[in-house]
Amino acid sequence: MIRIFLSLFLAISLLGCKNSQPTLTQIEGHQLPITDSIQANQDILDYVAPYRKRIDKEMGAVLAYAPLSLSKKDGPYNTAIGNMMADAVFELSNPVFNKRTGKNIDAVLLNHGGIRSTLNAGDVTMRSAFDIMPFENSIVVVEITSNQANEMFAYLKSGTAHPISNMQLVLNENDELKTATINGKPVEHGKTYFIATNDYLQQGGDRMTFLSEPKSMEVLDYKIRNVLVDYFKEQDTIAPVRDNRFIKE
Amino acid sequence: MERRTFIKQTGIASAVVAGTPSFNLFAETKKSKKITILHTNDVHSHIDPFPPEDASFPNQGGVARRLTLIESIRKENPNTLLLDAGDIFQGTPYFNFYGGELEFKLMSMMQYDAATIGNHDFDNGVNGLAAQMPNASFKMLSSNYDFTNTVMEGLTKPYEIFIKDGIKIGVFGLGIQLEGLVTPALSKETQYLDPIEIALDMTRLLKEEQQCDLVICLSHLGYNYKYDKISDLKLAEKTKNIDLIIGGHTHTFLEKPTIIKNAAGLDVIVNQVGWAGINLGRIDFEFDLSGNATATSKTITV
Repeated sequence: MIRIFLSLFLAISLLGCKNSQPTLTQIEGHQLPITDSIQANQDILDYVAPYRKRIDKEMGAVLAYAPLSLSKKDGPYNTAIGNMMADAVFELSNPVFNKRTGKNIDAVLLNHGGIRSTLNAGDVTMRSAFDIMPFENSIVVVEITSNQANEMFAYLKSGTAHPISNMQLVLNENDELKTATINGKPVEHGKTYFIATNDYLQQGGDRMTFLSEPKSMEVLDYKIRNVLVDYFKEQDTIAPVRDNRFIKE
Repeated sequence: MERRTFIKQTGIASAVVAGTPSFNLFAETKKSKKITILHTNDVHSHIDPFPPEDASFPNQGGVARRLTLIESIRKENPNTLLLDAGDIFQGTPYFNFYGGELEFKLMSMMQYDAATIGNHDFDNGVNGLAAQMPNASFKMLSSNYDFTNTVMEGLTKPYEIFIKDGIKIGVFGLGIQLEGLVTPALSKETQYLDPIEIALDMTRLLKEEQQCDLVICLSHLGYNYKYDKISDLKLAEKTKNIDLIIGGHTHTFLEKPTIIKNAAGLDVIVNQVGWAGINLGRIDFEFDLSGNATATSKTITV
């Protein structure tokens, strides 16, 4: 009986339609912020709890202190947090490289996109290192030719604040390179340079192709995140600054 | 939930926006149907909210709060789809410790309907992604990555058709060019196919052959670039028959969804809601069933 009624109802309603094809008439868009005014779902909290517990145990360790927050958006050309990362890579990986090869790193190049979060003012913890560098990328030292070094400067002059150490770039008012130096000296034709970078960039990341075919390469098995952790452990206070390593006149 | 005042009218007929249309369950026939699309992008393993001392997003985000909001919207309109535009993985120790297991499990608990693959979803390689697929109850949609000869082969679908309240919704996924973003050691033999060509195929299939009422592209191409690179805005311009592009990759916070004219001169909505689960995007689509509406009298309120 019910079935008959339903079929009848359906038939009538279909006949009653001039056009059964639905027509899109109205669209409305909203962005809903997820804030602390929304009550958290308890099932999710309970489910996450054991996972979080294990992480918190390791992440809470205080390594240093930062008086001010540091962001990769701090400025054009170079940033305090980027300078800190590149300088830490230079300082901590050169002894490893030197011990293995008897040679020294000339300069460091990382990528701006590889700084994944701000360093918040206050205690600097293991978690801070994971936040800034969640990726598992590690340091490689590539030996590049003078031509490749010039390609590197041509790439960098676009102005993105890629973290660099022990090299300097000065742009003139037309955004052309006025000076570009490694170790305080201009690139010397025929000389090779040892650049510490990460395996992501060496393998073509961010299209830094001048790193892709080096004359030689040393894989240090030293993760960028571990460099940060070791650097934080060495320092009491983390307060790097912007400087003149990459500027525009 | 502020309602933005910008109202855009399209087409020749001027439609009137008169508050929220009311539904009467006891009416003889429904005059209209509403489909709600909820979406996230680039959540990057941000399961917990940002801490109160965070310099950029204090106390914002969090999966547990997101689900409360989603559930309240589903209660208001059961005809809701929940979608994600990729980069689910990487960004907090949850990923370093558990390899994406928790991200997928929580998305399954939240009953995501579909997601697409972002470049960071390859961070533990195709193998790492494939290893987590059993934890995903949602569809992984990718139409322009060819996973032949990789462990991901057979674990994705190019598109999915969802039917909600009789409305046919076609959803397909597009991923970004891997070269320069994902090292071949991780993506293995995954092939990236031209997103425009694939999108033209997908939309023809979904709109013309399958007669979908709504076509949605889940894209990890990125919102827009200063240089010549395929983006959501370009995709919108160069195709037809896409109603909504839900984007990701560029972590773009938009003041409101962008409206772009497609190749046929019709409006496409492009939206993206930042990253880290700080926002949930919501787009409501209302369909007229009376037969009195014309396809040219569409009102977009964003």
